[in-house]
Amino acid sequence: MHRFANPNRFMQISGALLPWTAASTVLLVAAGLYLGLFRAPPDYQQGESVRIMYVHVPTSWMAMFCYTFLAGSAAVGLIWKHPLADLSAKAAAPIGACFTLLALATGSLWGKPMWGTWWEWDARLTSVLVLFFLYLGYIALVNAFDDPTRGVRAGSILALVGFVNVPIIKFSVDWWNTLHQPASVFRMDGPTIHTSMLIPLLLMGVGFTTYFFWVWMLRVRTEIVAGKIRAHRRRQVQRAPVDFAGDGRAVSTEG
Amino acid sequence: MKPKRRRLTFVLIGLALLGAAAALALSAFEESIVFFYSPSEVREKTVGEERRIRVGGLVEEGSIERAEGGLVRFRITDMAEVVPVVYTGILPDLFREGQGVVAEGRLTNGVFRADEVLARHDENYMPPEVADALKKSGQWQHMERALQESGQMAGETAP
Repeated sequence: MHRFANPNRFMQISGALLPWTAASTVLLVAAGLYLGLFRAPPDYQQGESVRIMYVHVPTSWMAMFCYTFLAGSAAVGLIWKHPLADLSAKAAAPIGACFTLLALATGSLWGKPMWGTWWEWDARLTSVLVLFFLYLGYIALVNAFDDPTRGVRAGSILALVGFVNVPIIKFSVDWWNTLHQPASVFRMDGPTIHTSMLIPLLLMGVGFTTYFFWVWMLRVRTEIVAGKIRAHRRRQVQRAPVDFAGDGRAVSTEG
Repeated sequence: MKPKRRRLTFVLIGLALLGAAAALALSAFEESIVFFYSPSEVREKTVGEERRIRVGGLVEEGSIERAEGGLVRFRITDMAEVVPVVYTGILPDLFREGQGVVAEGRLTNGVFRADEVLARHDENYMPPEVADALKKSGQWQHMERALQESGQMAGETAP
């Protein structure tokens, strides 16, 4: 852990991984979409409308995966005080928020033709909406403080508290009777989805995961570089006389 | 204790307490989180006529009667109890005999007057040919699956 928590090392490793994650994202999502939209059979009940599943289900998985990743990073940042863990949490939050919004939107589009409603206050739907607000709350809280370390600490606590929601989302369809049907893939007695539909679904799931790591690495790298630039500027300001007023008269910050 | 360990235990205990609090709160609010009642629960509870409720179950085989003006009568069953439903309006595409449905409305004189009918589908996904083959070979467990899936059919309560 500690070895990888070094920003320079992270820059090295992520630099090497970036093209691979990018390439596998493109390949996996292209293959998943092609198989899902053109080759997979229609469903016996839902017909062609079932194809929205190949986007809706993986985005919903990612919504929960990103939050778990965010909460994990937040915990490491709080307990071991790794600056990289804070960056990791901050980088994961907007990606997760986008996946959650997509899951809600595609679910709504799927709900209208199948269930007959865009939205119902059902336990699964409501808990995912709460997840979306948790992401937004985290992002807002992190940026709400003048002192970034305090903002990250407050946000991390919110992220950890909100983690309670993740098992609620997962098991909401088992604990209560809901409009949403129970899990088809991750269940104790094995998937209840035909292999011809499961394969494109899993390809999309893995593709979205590599997409997440691709964008997450890009975002963490950007933050590391931005931090270096800030530190560099600060040193320059401290060293050189600066023209604060902008009138050509340099003022020294020292003395 | 080192600060790191202290923070770790603090976070772990905090999460455990939070989880317990959430579990207590959710079980206390179970009544309002449940999206629909099964016909058995409707009979047990003798719900007042004023209250809007949702009843969920399967559309009983052979119970659908269509009248003029989009009026539909059908019965919702959980294999133990039956609730007759009257509804006027457009039904979702998935609405058919043996299909999971949730109807929202009021119970008057033992008849449920629904103003909204939603279809449920189960967690099985398969091509039509596979479904036909399963039906032919007699391995079709659609009804049983759908019953299990809806959980509290026949009075069983969620864990």
